Amino acid sequence: MRRLSQEKIVKTTTDIESLRSEIRDKSVRVIDVRREEDYKKNHIPSAINLPLANLLSDDSPERVVKLVNSMGIDDETSVVVYDDTFGALASRVAWTLEFIGHTDVSLLETTFSTWKSLGLENDNKVPEIQSREHSLKLKPEILATAGYLESAKEKEGVILVDNRERLNFLEQHIPGAISLPYRTLATQDKILRPKEDMRRLLDNRGISRDSEIITYCGSVGTLSGLAYYALKSVGLPNAKLYVRSFKEWKSLSKPTEKQEDANYWDLSAE
Amino acid sequence: MIVLTPKIMQSRPKSRKGKINWARSQEPDYFANMVKLYRQGKYDADSFRRFRLQHGAYGTRLADDYAMVRVKFPAGEVYPHQLEKLSQLSEQFSIGSAHFSTRENIQLHWVVLEDVSEIFRGLAEVGLTSREACGNSVRNVMCSPLSGVCPNEEFDSTPYALATARFFLRNPMAQNLPRKFKFNFTCCEKHGMVRMVDVGLIPQIRQQDGSAQKGFKIFLGGGLGNRSFVGHQLEEFTPEEDLLYTSIAVVRIFDRLGDRKNLARNRMRYLVNDMGWEKFQNLVLKERAIVRATQSVVTKLNVDDTPNKILRPVKISDESISSISDGYFRWLKGNAFKQKQKDYYSVFITLEAGDITSNQLHMLSELTQDFSSEGVARCGFTQNIALRYVHEDDLPRLYSELLKSGLAKSGSLTMSAPIGCSGTTSCNLALTNSHRLAKEIQRKFLELRLDEDDDLRESSIKISGCPNSCGQHGIATIGFFGGGARLEKDMYPNYMMQLGGRSDGETMLGISSIRVPAKRVISVILKIIELFKQNKKPEDDLKSWIHRVANGIDDSEIKSIEDIKKVLTPLTTPPLKTEDSDFYSDYGSDTSYHTKTGKGECAA
Ligand code: HEM
Ligand code: SF4
Repeated sequence: MRRLSQEKIVKTTTDIESLRSEIRDKSVRVIDVRREEDYKKNHIPSAINLPLANLLSDDSPERVVKLVNSMGIDDETSVVVYDDTFGALASRVAWTLEFIGHTDVSLLETTFSTWKSLGLENDNKVPEIQSREHSLKLKPEILATAGYLESAKEKEGVILVDNRERLNFLEQHIPGAISLPYRTLATQDKILRPKEDMRRLLDNRGISRDSEIITYCGSVGTLSGLAYYALKSVGLPNAKLYVRSFKEWKSLSKPTEKQEDANYWDLSAE
Repeated sequence: MIVLTPKIMQSRPKSRKGKINWARSQEPDYFANMVKLYRQGKYDADSFRRFRLQHGAYGTRLADDYAMVRVKFPAGEVYPHQLEKLSQLSEQFSIGSAHFSTRENIQLHWVVLEDVSEIFRGLAEVGLTSREACGNSVRNVMCSPLSGVCPNEEFDSTPYALATARFFLRNPMAQNLPRKFKFNFTCCEKHGMVRMVDVGLIPQIRQQDGSAQKGFKIFLGGGLGNRSFVGHQLEEFTPEEDLLYTSIAVVRIFDRLGDRKNLARNRMRYLVNDMGWEKFQNLVLKERAIVRATQSVVTKLNVDDTPNKILRPVKISDESISSISDGYFRWLKGNAFKQKQKDYYSVFITLEAGDITSNQLHMLSELTQDFSSEGVARCGFTQNIALRYVHEDDLPRLYSELLKSGLAKSGSLTMSAPIGCSGTTSCNLALTNSHRLAKEIQRKFLELRLDEDDDLRESSIKISGCPNSCGQHGIATIGFFGGGARLEKDMYPNYMMQLGGRSDGETMLGISSIRVPAKRVISVILKIIELFKQNKKPEDDLKSWIHRVANGIDDSEIKSIEDIKKVLTPLTTPPLKTEDSDFYSDYGSDTSYHTKTGKGECAA
């Protein structure tokens, strides 16, 4: 793997201290992607609410641009997204912003629960927002569709990564995929491992700069969205999210693979 | 229900740390590198396999890309921060669960081979290792979970077990033995498995010249397997100074004379059996004299017997328990063992065939800190784990905490907690799903509240998925090992049932009786219990009754195994597939049963 210094460093996560100072400077737009009820109870000061379900109800680029405008985000706005679901929901929202061409979006390095458990400030005020104008410059290179995946899979150097839990993977997965459960990507208090750790983990798995990497998960690209950011966090340049994921794959009756002849579910203590 | 008044949260004391660091920080990188070389074809498959096993990673059922990592808890000790780390590792790299084994290991299954080194890294952070947990080495050194608290014991053998483990771990003498080699230390005759292992040790005190001398009763050459043997006692008394010399002597003899060719017959018990006990015994005594004469003071066992501090962690004066449920007393009876130390109990946590979720491991870590006055948990012999030194007054609160974490099932010290090896859930050699069967039996027993039946308490059920005995069926009151059977062209999962096995002072192997189809095992067990109730003498329990039947010396209607067979045979007749297709699939599967095995690694 090439040295860090040669890689294009993109900011994937924002640490707690930076976010707090950006909030003080009013130089950031914070998006809370939890459900509205939760947001209303309390949230990080100045955060606006965009429940993931709302975004997913129609995530066509045109609608997303409208949503983004109404949240007061233009091309220059620095955006930080957080959730309470180990960063997976936030990742899906961040990825969507990237997809319509927003460049300055990152994930809070931790979850809202951890934020609160650290005793950091939160309130229930809903900020007033002035609408802004965001351009639409689609970034198709970060999206994988079922059709794309089907043709890419056969190519040399393409790695398909399944981010669901191991048992689900064993039970059924897209042929040729490798299993990298979302839990593997995080530490106890951060949504992503430290860079060196992440790099070593991926390197052990043969996931390198030279590969094109496509991530997928169970249904809407959340767990695999987190994986997309995990790859990005160590500067892997060529990552794509199969955003409709396994749910679509199955509904299209595409081929799947299973680990045969083993009763692995019976080992689980659930 | 137990209703607790709100308690004032006290901050949890810091996890105590073990005295011994079993890890080596360079081993994870080394392993990761070997995996790469192997994948690049620069390291051949056989050598890699030996290397992998030496480091504690087994292959997985019909799946080359997955490993099972077996982590050792020498003497069964596991500290809270270690449980917490295992919780994380099982969640990140395994299936969200882990498995407590019968030999005081914990196993992480279905781990991607390339991730094994990451697990090693995590283990090293908390001083644990999986090194020599598999392969032809000295396997985890076991110690009774009751050592130190057992009312029958003469002294606590835990420090000796730890010292023995420390001596042999990574010791060049034990890196390439003919086959695996096992030490079991125990507290007393009743609570250990000293005759069913290569070296079994019971602590003993001898009065000599007016002073008390510590030592051991040592048993050699026992073991379970495709063929099982009962161990022999080396001598009346082995003084503690001779413990290490004896161990070295036995390992050396095995290393020199053990069969390195015939994989099926290379455990030490075969050597003992082929040579005859007396000859072997002489050889050991001679070898020991040589070892004693040639070893310097340097090789002394490093026995640290400073006692663990006993410090009751939580005060419960600030809360009261307003009422206690039925469930509590049932649980107390089946799970708590009264220690020799006044007011203290050892509490055994009931698991299902040893399985525990990542989240439960996390809870267990906290409960160990909050309730065990010695600040460390101890693995049991039956796929379970115990918190010791729990103060009597804290028991109801512990129970209510266990309820919250789904760990309050009853009966861990009774017949209702069967052992099941991994079987077809992950083992390459398995013929049946012994693991799930153990869980099914447990659920049935708890439903029928058989855990409360004093007549059954001392008995046991143990199940292996093939004849190899990992589930220890040979020493169960009712034991089973798996195989396939056929009615015309249709296969069904089947078990050979053995009766009357035991591992205490009267150790004997179970006597084979009849083959029982998997889906009839539960009804057959219940029928045996019914026969026992009809024919028992007032002072009998199931174990003593079956003991007589197995030895053909009962005088009731059921005199022998033959009589039992007669009664049970009708229950085991296979129906036609058209009448009952469920009969033709194993537990945990809805497709027709067939046998399929891969390459076994037990001897690798
Ligand atoms: C010929 C092959 C094998 C033989 C003779 C054998 C023998 C044994 C024996 C005798 C035990 C009981 C240990 C004791 O309590 O003293 C045991 C335990 C165990 N063995 Fe094996 N073994 C074999 C292969 C395997 C394989 C291939 C696996 C899976 C990778 C395996 C997994 C286990 C496990 C998991 C236990 C602990 C039981 C539990 O708690 O699940 N064994 N083995
Ligand atoms: S007894 Fe057989 S099935 Fe069970 S773990 Fe051992 S080798 Fe596998």
